[in-house]
This record gives sequence, structure tokens and C-alpha cells, in this order.
Amino acid sequence: MKTIEQKGMYKSFPRSGKDVSFTHYCPGCGHGIINKLIAEACAEMGLQDETIFVDPVGCGVFTYYYWDAAHISAAHGRASAVATGTCRARPNAVTIAYQGDGDLGAIGFNNAFQAASRGEKFGCIFVNNSLYGMTGGQMAPTTLAGESTTTTPFGRDPALTGYPLHVCEVFSQLKAPVYIARVSVADTRRIMQAKQAIRKVFEIQRAKKGYAILEILAPCPTNFKMDPAAAADFCINEMEKEFPLGVFRDETERENPAPAAIPQAESCAALFAEKDALEPACDDDAFAERRFKFAGYGGQGILSLGLCIAEAARLERRHTLWFPSYGPEQRGGSANCSVVVSGKPIGSPTVEHPDVLVCMNRPAYERFVGDMREGGIVIVDETVPILVEPPKGVKLVVWPAIRMAEEFGVPKAANTMMLAAMKKLGCTGLKGESLEESLVASFKKKPALGEKNRELLREAEKKGS
Amino acid sequence: MTKFVKGNEAVVMGALYAGCELYFGYPITPASEIAHGAAKWFPMLGRTFVQAECETASVNMMFGAAGAGKLSMTATSGPGFSLMQEGISYLAGAELPSVVVNVNRAGPGLGNVYPEQSDYTPAVKGGGHGSYQTFTLAPASVQEMFDLTVKAFAMTAKWRTPAIVFADGLQGQMMESLVLPDSGLPKYDFSEWASEGTPKTRANLVKSIYLDAAQQERFNRHLQEKYAAMAADAMGEAYLADDAEILIVGYGISGRIARTTAEALRKEGVKAGVFRPITLNPFPREQLAAVAAGRKIMAIELDAGQFADDVRLNLAKAGLGAEAAGVVMINRMGGEIVSVDDAVKTAKEMLGA
Repeated sequence: MKTIEQKGMYKSFPRSGKDVSFTHYCPGCGHGIINKLIAEACAEMGLQDETIFVDPVGCGVFTYYYWDAAHISAAHGRASAVATGTCRARPNAVTIAYQGDGDLGAIGFNNAFQAASRGEKFGCIFVNNSLYGMTGGQMAPTTLAGESTTTTPFGRDPALTGYPLHVCEVFSQLKAPVYIARVSVADTRRIMQAKQAIRKVFEIQRAKKGYAILEILAPCPTNFKMDPAAAADFCINEMEKEFPLGVFRDETERENPAPAAIPQAESCAALFAEKDALEPACDDDAFAERRFKFAGYGGQGILSLGLCIAEAARLERRHTLWFPSYGPEQRGGSANCSVVVSGKPIGSPTVEHPDVLVCMNRPAYERFVGDMREGGIVIVDETVPILVEPPKGVKLVVWPAIRMAEEFGVPKAANTMMLAAMKKLGCTGLKGESLEESLVASFKKKPALGEKNRELLREAEKKGS
Repeated sequence: MTKFVKGNEAVVMGALYAGCELYFGYPITPASEIAHGAAKWFPMLGRTFVQAECETASVNMMFGAAGAGKLSMTATSGPGFSLMQEGISYLAGAELPSVVVNVNRAGPGLGNVYPEQSDYTPAVKGGGHGSYQTFTLAPASVQEMFDLTVKAFAMTAKWRTPAIVFADGLQGQMMESLVLPDSGLPKYDFSEWASEGTPKTRANLVKSIYLDAAQQERFNRHLQEKYAAMAADAMGEAYLADDAEILIVGYGISGRIARTTAEALRKEGVKAGVFRPITLNPFPREQLAAVAAGRKIMAIELDAGQFADDVRLNLAKAGLGAEAAGVVMINRMGGEIVSVDDAVKTAKEMLGA
């Protein structure tokens, strides 16, 4: 058999181990014509080397056998999401997604719509033949009212299944797309218009103008159960009534805004470099591991008090772990965090039995006091009524953290007042200087506040009892 | 130099050091800090961050980026991980390198945002359709959240199957010191198979479809041979295991509880040791067998027993049927954590001590 070389197409199509030179499309199918137009456009515009086609699942699944360019074969419905990844990964390439109406209109609608809304830089060729072809002629979102399909055997009833989905019209509500048009391949005149529109989609991608979608009405004689001529007539006389042809938007000449400049770093090392970074922890068998729990209301500085102890421990090169309450818990009013400080690598990150418990309110005290380790110490704010006795062998210290902070005129510093208690009681196993240094460092962004808190810490230590 | 960071932040840093070029993600607690860090740091290094419309989109965007020859990642938690399974199967089927981080929360369904290890089966056994496997790593510290994310990229590039970094809510949220390395991974060249939009890659085709049954079977056999070879990269860690009479097995956060439990038992004169798998697939079967023979074995986990069953399976496959039959599990679920007290008690009961 003599083969005619087709521009942009491979010379033969090795499917199922057979090397053939005809496509898999049924006689009279719109896909065959569209495939030819796409291949021609890609070749004539000299874009075969830089084009990446994202192929769909559906009747267009085998386009990778036909178009002579690189291909990525996507999951059903996901070609627009895949094309998003592709065009972001290869901004210099021309990325073209090819999707059918079940694929784009139903399972993958949101992926296509959101890609359009983001203004992804790929072109989407969307073939609308009013039904699912490959899977056996079922109803698609684009099926016409009254149209018979294998899942609307009595005709599509809008009372039960709604009305045909107008993809171009819906996408026209979005700001980002630069080109939205609907064409048809039902007769020669329409095919010539479709050819120009397809070239336009490629041109927009070559020029990196932005997102373009071209809907193409296509006959499906097999599933329409018509001969090719009747199927083409159906396309023109019935489908076009519902889906009028035309250009919905052409803003290819518009200036797209450039992304705003953001600070750039030369390398990971430069990005993550820290001034005064601390040395790694070292092992010290002589240091007895301590487990801390801090609890109270959100806004009382509970998490930062825990962080302050953790940072002091790091200053002394202890192994350190900090863990906060999180999720709805952190938004529900109560806050707690755990800190583990050790002379050896830390095993369990949880604080089942605190050596030190710091409580700023009653629920916190009552929730955790029973867990204390024998020999441990509980520091509670004096506003907490002690209705539950601590376990035997646990020291209870009542401390006027909230009152002192108010008296100093800095009510937010109640946590610093608690730090003063911990320092005074010597219950952290850490040096006083480390605690102070860590406190000051926690106000890195507001150094004046850091010094102020150091003063408050010292005052509170003297004053509190 | 050390930094004090959350596990979730360490993951982003690891990805950047590893040369990950694109991040695609959808927010979900307790993994969201990974997206936050990526949104800030990827663009600062001239790399790409895209907030996807759903997890299905995230994983398919990764497919598109990987298909075009670039390393990319996403991070999620249980419900999002479920949504990604179809896409992970496609990535495996098309042999594309990509990294998915699952910061496990409690399930099933909406569950809650607290730590569980209950996504073990989909994270370790291939949760989507078809006979595929992922390379699954289980960090146990902030340092490992970094190190194993880097490793995940190295392994996904080497084996061309998706790598899963399988963490939990606790590890994502906790802060520890992180030591950053001097350099990351070398840049990979995937132009041999990727569709990059270049003259060299014009003939390339990325796909997971084999219409012919014989071709599909040949491809599946190739995948299975590849997965078998991955065993060479299995990693595990033994601690105090040499003279142990009881071996406590746990991964991730449970591995750390195992460590403290063993230390507590040793203080009471019980010879306890730990084995912590670092890769869950490939499972470090030989390493486990080397320290498990003749010992009583206790598995610690935050699920309903998926891990203990895998320990039994691996012991049995290593010829340690008696040890497998004797595995005792101690577990918590729902966001509760196994306490060292309970683990010590169970271990003593096992030993009749």
C-alpha cells in the first residue's frame, strides 16, 4: 500500500505491535481531521522540536502515535493539571493539551477551569462531540437535550440531567485566558476556519502570551449512529444551535503583567544562613534529662516561654525538643507545649511525666498536675485555685506572674515573670545567663524589648516569693 | 551550624537542597507548614511554587513536571493522600521520579489532625491501582525530616518510582536542631526519557498505557524486578540490640518511644533493644532478622496493627517463623501516643518479669 506522508505526523503508527499507516478513528470522525490540522500547524510553524503534547484518555488517547513531537500521556480528566506541571517545568516549550468533552467537561472540569483561571501558559484543544466516544457513547455534559446516548436511551431529559455545558461561555467569565473560541470541522469551510484557530493557539504559546482554549465541534458517526454525512449535518444543524461558533475572546495583543520581583537568594546555604548560629548538641552523660510542660491560655506567651527554655538549652549545646499543641486546639483558647532537654539524643518526644510544670490557668493545672514525676516541681500562677493537691513528692510553688507583670505595666510579660520563677528556683538545669540570653534573643526583631524583659526578669526574681 | 526548626520546615529545606525545582500543593493540617515554607523559599531560589486546586491536581501537576524531566514534590496528610493515590499509580506506571510527603493525621474519614501512623498500608504497599511500589522512608526526627527528604529525591531519581516521606503530625509540628549539609544532590539529567520540549527529546513518550496484554505483562515484570532490586537500599537502625532478650520494633515517632522504653527497661535490669526501620519499602528485612533471631518482639505503632503485620510477614519471609508468631503489638490511635509506661509494662508482661 502506498502511504502519503502527512506533515507533522509520524510515517507509520505502531499500535498493538502492528505497524500501520492509518489512524484508529472511525470513518467520518472529527478527531481524524483535527489531528491532521494540529500536526500540520505544529510542523508548518516549525514547532515540533519544542512542543510537548499532553494526551488525554478517550478517543484522543493515541495521538502520541500520530503527532511527531514529544508526548506525555495523562490520566483521564487530568490533562490540564498535567499540562500545568509541564508548562511550569518547561516555560520555554510549547505545551498543548488535547481533551474531549467527558474528559474536560466532566471529570476534569475543575482542573481545566482552574488552569484557565490561573492563566497557565498552555493551549487547550477541546473536542466536543457531545458524548463519550471511547467508552461507548454515554452522555457527556455537552450532550444535547433530547439526544440519545447509551446512558440516555430515551434522550437526554433536562428535567433529570440538566442542560448542555457551554465550556467557552463559562470560561469567558475568567480574566486570565487570552483566547477563547469555538470552531467546527463539519465541512470544508469550517475546517479552514478551524485550521486558522489551531495555528492561533500554537502562536499564542510560541509567544508565551498565556492560556488559550479552542473548542472544536466534531461529528461522531459511530455513536450518533449516523453515516458520516448525516453526522456532519447533525453537527452543523443541531450542535451549533446549542454551541454557536465564534471567537469569545481574543486578547492576544494585550500586555500581561510581569510577576512582581521578590527577594532572591544565591543558594540554599545563602537562603538558610543564620547569624550567630549555634553549635550542634553534644552528649553529656552527667546532665539529667528534664521534661517540661507549659500550659495556659493562648495569648499568655506559653509557647514562647517553652521556646525560651529550648533556646537556652541549645545555647548550652543540650539535645532539645519543643512540641506545641496545634490544630483546632491552638485556636480554641488553651495552649500548651512540651520541652525536652537532654544530655543524650532524645527518645520519646512526649512529656508523659513532667519534671517541671508551669501553669498559667486552672484548667491547665488540673489537666497536668496528676502526671508529675516524683521530685518534680509545679509552678502555678497565684490566680489558680489549688483544689487538687499535687502528687506526693511534688513541690508546688505559687507565683504572682500575672500580677507582677501588671504591676510592672507590661501585662504581656507574665511569661517572663514565670521564667523568673524558674530561674530563681533553679529547676531548669540550665544556667541563669543562658536563660537571660535566650530571653533577650527571643526579641531579636525588637532589641529594646529584649533588654526591657531582661530588667523585668531580674526585678521579678528579687521581688517574687 | 544548626537551626531550630519544625519538622515540616526541615522537609522544605531538604527538598531545596536535593534540587527539587517545583512544588505543587493543597493546604491541609498538619502538613500546611510545608506549603508555607515552599511558597516562600522556592521562589526565592528561582524555583516554582503552585497552589493546586485539589490534591488530584497536585499529583497530576507533578506528573506533568516529572514527565518534562524536572524533580517536583507535594506534601499532604491522610485525606489528601487518599486523593493522590490514582496519580501515584500513574507516576509509578510511567516510571516518573517525584516525592510525596504524607504527614499522617488520625483517620479514617475526616478523623482529626493529631498524629497517627494509620496510612501505613497506602504509604508502604502502594495505595493505588495496579502492582506498583513506592520507595517509602520514615523519618523520626527533624534532622531526618531533612535527611530523608534529600534521600527520597535521590531514591526516586535512581529507581524512577515515586518516593514517599512518611511522617506524622507530631514530627511535622515539633522543633529540634537541624544541621544543614555543605551541599545537596547533583543535578539529574532525564533527557533520555523525558519530554522536555527540546530537539533531543522530541521522540520521547511518557506514558503508563500498554494496550497489548503481553507488553503490559513484560512491563510489569520489569517493574517487579526493579522493586526487588530496591532492597539493596533498605535502611534500619538497631540500638542496644546485641544482648537484648526483647526487641522493640517501631518506626518514625514510635521508634523514638521504643528507644526511651528500652532505656527505661534497662534501668530496671531488663535487656531490651530497639530496631527502627528507616525505609518501610524496601523493608530492612535482613537487618531486622539479624537482631531479631531468638528474641521476643514487641511492635509499637499508632495504627491498628498494619505495621505489626508487616513485621510478622518480614520475619516469616526471613525464616523466623517462631519470632513472627510471637510478635506482640502495643498501639494507640486517634491522636493518642503510646506511653513509655504502657510499653514498659507490656514488655515486662511478655517476659513474665
